[in-house]
Amino acid sequence: MPDALVRTRGLCKHFGGVVATDNVTLELNRGEIHAVIGPNGAGKTTLINQLTGELFPDAGSILLDGRDITREPPAVRARAGLARAYQIVSIFPAFSVLQNVALAVQATQPHSFRFWREAARDARLLDPAMEILARLGLEGRAGALASQLSHGEQRQLELAMALATRPRVLLLDEPTAGMGHEESRHIVSLLGTLKSDYAILLVEHDMNAVFALADLITVLVYGRIVASGAPDEIRGDAEVKRAYLGEKKKAPRRTGAAD
Amino acid sequence: MSTRLQFALGAGLLIALAAIPPVASLAGIPFLLTLFTRIVIVAIASVSLNLILGYGGMYSLGHAVYIGIGGYTVGILAFHGVHSGLVQWPLALAVSALFALVTGALCLRTRGVYFIMITLAFAQMVYFLTVGVAKYGGDDGLTIARRSSFGGLVNLADRTTFYYVSLAFLLAAVLVVWRISRSHFGMVVRGACANDRRMQALGFPTYRYRLAAYVIAGTMGGLAGALLANQTDFVNPEMLSWTRSGDLMIMVILGGSGSVIGPVAGTVAYMVLEEVLSGITEHWQIILGPLVVLMALVRQGGIVGWLSPKRHA
Amino acid sequence: MTLFLEQCLNGLQLGLLLFLLAAGLTLVFGIMDLVNLAHGSLYMVGAYLAAWFAKRFDSFFIGLAAALPVALLLGIVLEVLVIRRLYGRDHLVHVLATFGLILFFNEAVRLVWGAAGLTLALPEFLGTWVQVIPGVPYPVYRVAIIVVGLLVAAFLYFLVQHTRVGMLIRAGAADREMVGALGVNIRLLYTLVFGVGACLAALAGVMAAPILTVQIGMGETILILAFVVIVIGGIGSVRGAFVAAIIVGVLDTLGRAFLPGALKQTFGAAAASTAAPAISAMFIYLLMAAFLIVRPEGLFPAAGGRK
Repeated sequence: MPDALVRTRGLCKHFGGVVATDNVTLELNRGEIHAVIGPNGAGKTTLINQLTGELFPDAGSILLDGRDITREPPAVRARAGLARAYQIVSIFPAFSVLQNVALAVQATQPHSFRFWREAARDARLLDPAMEILARLGLEGRAGALASQLSHGEQRQLELAMALATRPRVLLLDEPTAGMGHEESRHIVSLLGTLKSDYAILLVEHDMNAVFALADLITVLVYGRIVASGAPDEIRGDAEVKRAYLGEKKKAPRRTGAAD
Repeated sequence: MSTRLQFALGAGLLIALAAIPPVASLAGIPFLLTLFTRIVIVAIASVSLNLILGYGGMYSLGHAVYIGIGGYTVGILAFHGVHSGLVQWPLALAVSALFALVTGALCLRTRGVYFIMITLAFAQMVYFLTVGVAKYGGDDGLTIARRSSFGGLVNLADRTTFYYVSLAFLLAAVLVVWRISRSHFGMVVRGACANDRRMQALGFPTYRYRLAAYVIAGTMGGLAGALLANQTDFVNPEMLSWTRSGDLMIMVILGGSGSVIGPVAGTVAYMVLEEVLSGITEHWQIILGPLVVLMALVRQGGIVGWLSPKRHA
Repeated sequence: MTLFLEQCLNGLQLGLLLFLLAAGLTLVFGIMDLVNLAHGSLYMVGAYLAAWFAKRFDSFFIGLAAALPVALLLGIVLEVLVIRRLYGRDHLVHVLATFGLILFFNEAVRLVWGAAGLTLALPEFLGTWVQVIPGVPYPVYRVAIIVVGLLVAAFLYFLVQHTRVGMLIRAGAADREMVGALGVNIRLLYTLVFGVGACLAALAGVMAAPILTVQIGMGETILILAFVVIVIGGIGSVRGAFVAAIIVGVLDTLGRAFLPGALKQTFGAAAASTAAPAISAMFIYLLMAAFLIVRPEGLFPAAGGRK
């Protein structure tokens, strides 16, 4: 087994007296989808924030491909191959859909100190951007303003931007939240095809999606890992059932697979 | 706003501004040329402020400091007998750029209101510096005996020549900001204005891009200062007082921030309005003040936004 | 040594004046998220009102007593007419609108009281000297400023820490939406806070009037110093404003008093005479820059104060 692409060791994060991340050690491997599930407030987004560098952990370390990135700022981590899709859509509403993705493509260039050439006519940005839009089925909306997209489309754009930075690791914070059934299925099948090329961390409330996609599931409760293993093990784990899967209210939509 | 409309407005403004010298001379109102020379120069500063304010979301309330720095660099060099524009002007730009680099590096560590207050404070620091140094006139300012000389190339002492030189610089400034705003660099600055966190998550170290934009804007402000010092043959602390910075901000917003041509329209409109009001009453600011308040309250994209067809949605 | 102590007292007195201005500014910012450039105008108007009333009724105290309620009223009217429409909007709009107000107030004062400026005469017993430090006579009036400044600081501390209004103020600075959720009459609270801020600014103006000239534009210079205070102290924090105001007041005064001499000893008289006024004028801003490098969020950052 090759060394993990991302490895955290003993991550801890407190907010005042509240423990948001409690001694979390986990691995992300290329070609694997590692799902992190847990009730609301379990510290899933906080964990992602520490991986991307938007929050620094109080203790513990994060390694990316063997390199310690615990204290690196977000931009450096992104350039090292970490990409994120936000839970709350974080796109540029005043830019066109194509511009949003082209900007993400631009982030892969060595630098952006180019003052004269018009970005909106630069084929080196637009061609890869269009390719990614096509892959997500958004090519028909390329010219629209991002703010004019439906909620589901904005989530797809969010994912498109993450892919456009040519990452090695994808951190996806509820990629199907708020999507219609059709869109949601589309994303799930897309993630299935993506997984061979990336190491994916998936935070998701849709248990159908989680159990269909994940190679590894980690259950987080109050910031602590209560269980971690293959989907079948998790399904049978008594503590998981008690802490999380049994409580239907915490997983608002279609908890079928868990019951 | 649409590119075509900006183009039309820009072309219209350019033709009107280019026609000022013959009109002033035909109508026999030489003051018109003086006024519009000043307007054209100040417009360069507004256009440069717009680069950081309109596109970068950096609300600098100290932009007039660059006019002062550019102006004083020319003035002080002239005081010491250096009259060559080829020395004066590049140095004026370099000093402005350096000041922008140092203060910008500090200011950009902060956001929002802090940024507004700190840009203001640094500008005030230079203001007190100019007031305090008696050798260069202190409060009374410094008279410049001779305009910058460019050998036989251009004669800035000729009012019409000087006007067209200033206009050419304004045109260049508009063009530069236009290109920058649409360049790779410009997209990063605009993106950081809209959502800095996202830009960093995408992998852009935004701080250095914002700082670079701040330095470019400051340098262009310094150019306006070098021109203004030559126009008035005089520099004094008043030209970098914080009310001048406030005026620049008003001009940018009045014209429409975030459009390249807006600040030019705003500068023309504001300075002509000042002129007209001050012709009506000595206490014209008592009218101007409430007008500015009103403008802030109903702010709808400025002149440029007002000319644009209404956006649906 | 005695000169040093005397300058420290002067610095303390300037610091407390700055605190009166900065307290109002920082409260208004912390609670309403409003950048108010026109705060200095209220300081100026306070000074003019006091000078005018005092002359008219031939009494310093009538001037003081009349200026404050009028300033409070002016603050409230201003809040209702203009400021209220700025809440929740972009800071750029705040800057523009309050800049417009400055233009208006400066011109209005010129129209009413003329361009020449006024003076505010002190009653006799305040014009005398007292030995605070043995052997050094110190103006009673400056002592009075220090006392009033400290009293106001104590009052504000009590108000913010131990009353219901203060609880709302603290809550508002930390979390604006929560106060709304408490069902408090936000409009009234805002108007009140703005009025109190205006009153404090006017008080600072009145107290500064006898030692400075009452003139147009007097508000702007000190306003920018108050900004420096707030940047150092941390926006939204009254405690930060107090500590930073004292630091700025004392260091600015000491810098102006002793830097020229120190420079003369180090660099010789000729160089010092050119550089000294410049350096002492820039001193406080350089101090601010140094603070920014070390603590960009100020001494006492209030939660939510930073965007």
